[in-house]
Amino acid sequence: MRWFLIDRFTEFVSQQYAVAVRSISLSEEAVDEYVPGIPTYPSSLIVEGMAQTGGILCSQISDFEQRMVLAKIMKLKLNAEAVPGDLLTLRADLQTHTADGAVIRGTVHREDFVLAEMQLMFAILNDERFENVQLFEPAGFCRMLRVLKLFNVGVYEDGTPIEIPEFMLEAEQAGLTVG
Amino acid sequence: MPSNEEVFEKVKEALMDALGVDDDEVTPEATLVGDLGAESIDFLDIIFKVEKAFDIKIEREELFPEDVLSNAEYVQDGRVTEAGLAVLKERMPFADLTKFEENPIVQDFGNLLTVQDLCNYVSTKVA
Repeated sequence: MRWFLIDRFTEFVSQQYAVAVRSISLSEEAVDEYVPGIPTYPSSLIVEGMAQTGGILCSQISDFEQRMVLAKIMKLKLNAEAVPGDLLTLRADLQTHTADGAVIRGTVHREDFVLAEMQLMFAILNDERFENVQLFEPAGFCRMLRVLKLFNVGVYEDGTPIEIPEFMLEAEQAGLTVG
Repeated sequence: MPSNEEVFEKVKEALMDALGVDDDEVTPEATLVGDLGAESIDFLDIIFKVEKAFDIKIEREELFPEDVLSNAEYVQDGRVTEAGLAVLKERMPFADLTKFEENPIVQDFGNLLTVQDLCNYVSTKVA
């Protein structure tokens, strides 16, 4: 991910749901400059934050080996703007998952207030055109998931911790090898 | 087993929801791509919605036989061959291929499926 639009995961149950938090700060360029003089967090970035939350939830099912991309905003309801000082809680619930894609229901709260509700569809790029395409470099992707605390809070449905996939560990290790 | 009317109503609801089209636009003769404006990614959405509405499993290749259309054995100079048409007919008994047969240009295949074809397909799955 080029931009982090969530700060960290607080809950993550494989194949069920993920919860992430995002704090909105005036120091962010997008907040300061989106509507000059009226600092506002662009709603499109709330959707993208949910795409990151839900996309990682869906992608983890295949141990991050499938190419999962946001394909469609199926439903979206924005009830208010987010502003500096807000702490948003983004929850993605997995609704459908097949060999071709997945659907999540997303809810964004600011304390008890429902700020946004949406349904997002992800597609798995699994046809031959994408055979040699890698969306994320494994070591960098692993670092990102560590930064987001996925492996600190993530569990499988039986409650055991989600482990870092072997191919990511190997890529990290290769990056540390000198010469 | 749902009646033809029940199948049509549920399919219509799925298409209205997935494509943002109006009630009166979804007629049995309407083509999904040309008349209702479906884009390739919408088909995944349509499949998800129809699967849920009827509690069935849809294989993408059954509705969209891309493997046939990209097979050199069945396509020559951008047109589906006689052998290719025979395979398509066998694979898609729910679709009316008469018009396509007149000028079987691969590029036009995407605009073949009508709402009625989709209903026919669903009926075979729920039977």
